Amino acid sequence: MNLLFDFTVDKDTATIHVTREFAADLDLVWDAFTKSEILDQWMGPKPWRVQTKEMDFREGGRWLFAMISDENVAPTRFSLAEFVEIKPKSSFTTKNSFADENGNPINTSFTYSITTNSFKAGADKTTVTIVKKMASLSQLEQFIEGGYFKEGTAMGFRNLDEFLLTLVANK
Amino acid sequence: MRRDIFQAIADPTRRAILVLVAVQAMTPNAIAEHFDITRQSISKHLRILSECELLAHKQEGREIFYELKIDKMKEIDVWLDQFRKVMEERFQQLDQVLFTIKNKKK
Repeated sequence: MNLLFDFTVDKDTATIHVTREFAADLDLVWDAFTKSEILDQWMGPKPWRVQTKEMDFREGGRWLFAMISDENVAPTRFSLAEFVEIKPKSSFTTKNSFADENGNPINTSFTYSITTNSFKAGADKTTVTIVKKMASLSQLEQFIEGGYFKEGTAMGFRNLDEFLLTLVANK
Repeated sequence: MRRDIFQAIADPTRRAILVLVAVQAMTPNAIAEHFDITRQSISKHLRILSECELLAHKQEGREIFYELKIDKMKEIDVWLDQFRKVMEERFQQLDQVLFTIKNKKK
């Protein structure tokens, strides 16, 4: 089955749009994005794997997960997704940030993103649309000028890809 | 030898090095302090990144400092490509997980 994958970036608004089809019904795809036992099986980009520490899927709840590197090439890092809004079997919005192991957000004013995942049932597929809005340019400039790398180099490893993307998406 | 830039940044240690030097130039020893791998491995990563023209080095006294050398357009496209690859890889993993779950239900 040919599954659509579309990835576009709006640099002006620092927003990434991703659309992807999955060969499964809506109920299953929804579970795959919202249940930790399934998320842990696919969310980790190599060499990381994701291990859920806390999952409370309700508005105001949060998902705290560790990114663990099997090849020991990078320290374990924690990420936090706070559930801002949930429309069951339709969409959910998270505020994403870096965190310590207890789920305390780190440098949230510079490095968070807001992500909305929307789900649409098709005949034999489900389409997921992800819209990811990065932190603003001015916040990012503060981050760089403030030399936060010097204070906490751990920051440099936390959700590296997201940080880099924040950096470039705002240029 | 001119190396492939995407091959260079496919390695998480090298990506981490780029992040470190993105803000300030650093000596190899200062970079090595952030990793649990040998100084020799760090040197190898620095060499690869230099060959890809992602890093430049300058001599200051007895110290050599490495800094990010990458034009903005290239930077944008490289990191977007990186993020796109991460998403693609995740979704391919999810395809497999969905396939497995569906088969169990049958």
